[in-house]
Amino acid sequence: MSSHVTPKKTYFAVFGTLMALTALTVAAATVDLGGLNTVVALAIAGCKAGVVIWFFMEVRHARPMTRLTVAAGILWLVIMLILLSSDYISRGWLGRSQGW
Amino acid sequence: MNAALAPPPSAPPPAETPTHYLNANYGFRSWMFTLDHKRIALLYLASITLFFFIGGFYAVMLRLELVTPAGDLMSAENYNKSFTMHGVMMVFFFLIPSIPAVLGNFLIPLMIGARDLAFPRLNLLSWYIYMAGGMLTLYAMVAGGVDTGWTMYTPYSTTYSNSHVMVMAVGIFINGFSSILTGLNFIVTIHKMRAPGLTWFRLPLFVWAHYATSVIQVLGTPVIAITILLVALERGFGFGFFDPKLGGDPILFQHLFWFYSHPAVYIMILPSMGVVSELVTCFSRKKVFGYKFIAMSSVAIAVFGFLVWGHHMFVSGQSIYAGMIFSFLSFLVGIPSAIKVFNWTATMYKGSISYHTPMLYVFGFIGLFTIGGLTGLIVANLGLDVHLHDTYFIVAHFHYIMVGGAVMGYLGGIHFWWPKITGRLYPEGWARFSALVLFVGFNLTFFPQFLVGYLGMPRRYHAYPEEFQVFNVMSSAGASILGLGYLIPMIYLTWSWRYGKLAPPNPWGAKGLEWTTPSPPTTFNFEETPVVTEEAYAYAQEQETEESH
Amino acid sequence: MSDHAAHAPGLAHQFDDLDQQLDATTLGMWLFLAQEIMFFGGLFAAYAIYRSHYPEAFAAASHHLDIRLGGFNTVVLIFSSLTMALGVRAAQMGKNKTVFNYLLVTFMLGNLFLVVKAFEYHHKYVEGLIPGPWFSAHGATDPAVQMFFCLYFAMTGMHALHMVVGGGLLIYFMVQARRERYHAHYFGPIEIMGLYWHFVDIVWIFLFPLLYLLGLHQ
Repeated sequence: MSSHVTPKKTYFAVFGTLMALTALTVAAATVDLGGLNTVVALAIAGCKAGVVIWFFMEVRHARPMTRLTVAAGILWLVIMLILLSSDYISRGWLGRSQGW
Repeated sequence: MNAALAPPPSAPPPAETPTHYLNANYGFRSWMFTLDHKRIALLYLASITLFFFIGGFYAVMLRLELVTPAGDLMSAENYNKSFTMHGVMMVFFFLIPSIPAVLGNFLIPLMIGARDLAFPRLNLLSWYIYMAGGMLTLYAMVAGGVDTGWTMYTPYSTTYSNSHVMVMAVGIFINGFSSILTGLNFIVTIHKMRAPGLTWFRLPLFVWAHYATSVIQVLGTPVIAITILLVALERGFGFGFFDPKLGGDPILFQHLFWFYSHPAVYIMILPSMGVVSELVTCFSRKKVFGYKFIAMSSVAIAVFGFLVWGHHMFVSGQSIYAGMIFSFLSFLVGIPSAIKVFNWTATMYKGSISYHTPMLYVFGFIGLFTIGGLTGLIVANLGLDVHLHDTYFIVAHFHYIMVGGAVMGYLGGIHFWWPKITGRLYPEGWARFSALVLFVGFNLTFFPQFLVGYLGMPRRYHAYPEEFQVFNVMSSAGASILGLGYLIPMIYLTWSWRYGKLAPPNPWGAKGLEWTTPSPPTTFNFEETPVVTEEAYAYAQEQETEESH
Repeated sequence: MSDHAAHAPGLAHQFDDLDQQLDATTLGMWLFLAQEIMFFGGLFAAYAIYRSHYPEAFAAASHHLDIRLGGFNTVVLIFSSLTMALGVRAAQMGKNKTVFNYLLVTFMLGNLFLVVKAFEYHHKYVEGLIPGPWFSAHGATDPAVQMFFCLYFAMTGMHALHMVVGGGLLIYFMVQARRERYHAHYFGPIEIMGLYWHFVDIVWIFLFPLLYLLGLHQ
């Protein structure tokens, strides 16, 4: 992997984007969107994380294996959350409390 | 760049004995600060053997107690502490590091034609972390023991137990990072350090199995690390993460615990499967059947392994709908496991099989793993598990996997690569005898447990109804034979280290880069980086190419 | 092994060349970060379960947090990520002095974050919001409020611990930069340091809305 020197102004632009998204997430949190507040907050945080990973961490110039590693880490977290929620969502389906 | 790597300044070795990794330098420091993956493997070998015998000691105590129906040898509390320490020692400090940290550490660089692992310092660090975790856990044991079971279920572990949960939790937490770093090191090494020509599908299946194992270690272990940390915080500082008084859910602990601890079973068995794949083809003198299927089934087991953890929780308050999903997914693991077993059998078909000790362990592995695996399908059944949960049926099932599978593979591998590791041959007659003793002892110990468990004897009690005594006496008798089967190799292997016949570089006529190095190998493994031009296990072409070696 | 005796400065014995070494160490760091995702993932999973079960209590509890301090810290941390990225850039060009300066700024920003965090913790302590036997949030009757603070302290504490480790690493790399260790072909360690720092930043990017902002609209 030869070094790929990114121009400074790219980093400044990334910083500006992150600041804007931070302001946006605070602004969005003040509006009552019902159940969507969490979704919006997570979506914005996901965008910010994506920007950091893609530009600051230079995944855009990284090898496929690096990208695969990032994807695997996220995928495994998703596996954990989905299977966990399969339990918690369906606990009450029998129509009686299961103690929690 | 490091003192331990530099050739010794004084005392050149005698002209007759060539320099190898064992005699390259001497002394305490040369081992404690070594960066050589082979020496670190031996450090692990010594320490896991120690922990194995400590865990074994507790197994002896358990079996002694269970000879009679009454709880007469030990109090219930001491019995609880004994099975806890047995489980913790065997699972966290023997089985999980056993094959990866000893054989994997020793062999992966040799098998892929590298001078060392990608991160030798990290490798040494992970041994120190392992020892630190082990020592803390030993301290917890000496200070009075822990009685929670190795699973440390909340709220008992966080609130009610009066034993040394905190120390042990920290010990296991620390130990987890040893496992993570080993896995990380292997993945990078396998990706970046392969010799020219050694493409992915030319890799030995042992390496594939370790790759899959490492994925589990890196992605699974951190979850138990944080979970145990939460238990420690709850116990130590009253942060009630799993405390129902604060609206916490104890079952959440079980979810997070088994998210790692089920895949951990595959950390134990996958490397063993890798060993078996190497052994079965060598002693059948035949190219392995279905190379790609065996390789890919390792990866499949690693991935599926993360989808099934809920089958430990069918009766613990988890939603039955989630139970159905986990039950179905659990059956999926049977597919790649069966692929492997069928492929090993097909490899033996029409091979010219020789019955050396490592091959005897392979036979043991295949038979016992099959029993363990098939009973696994039984307990993966949502309905049947309600009957069998927490009985000796479960105990027998996972011992067939962990001992009948993982330990058989470990011992087979140790025997197979012993000449490479030590430069000495072990006594074949004794070795065959002890393999037989082990097999008989193992089955006598654990097969009756299937029966008594099915009849309803629950696990984790020091007393039981009298009608179960005959099974328990059989089991305890088997355990003493099994213990003998572990002691004999311990003795003759130690003996052979000094007095065994000198081993040639390739005593088995096996394929693989590790056998092209001298026995024992030199510190940097290869004089020059080898170039690989053929597939793995090219045994069929042996006759043509034998002259050129 | 004589061919490795005269190797490039910074090349470890087990690698053939600096490219292989950089590749391997980068992959190693990414794997470590994947591990970190799962490590924090356990906490996030616990948070998700409890938050969806006790939405009102969590929203009420989050009112005890100071959004201004949290927001300020977010800005500080993102800014430190910028200076870290610029430090890596300087290392890629072999400018050791610039590397040192950027790392120093990053280090200072990290410390600023921790100082603010310490003030926040102290404030929680004064208000009796530390979970455990002394927990005494006035007006909060729902026990799940305490659960929120269990998670708050575990998550931010674990994050702060990563910051402290990062700070220690930064000191080490500042010393190395002072010793002119880096050049256009050997800058891997700084790059890896950067990956770690950015990851810690990302964790905070999620923690900020999840802990500070969830009750803002009520």
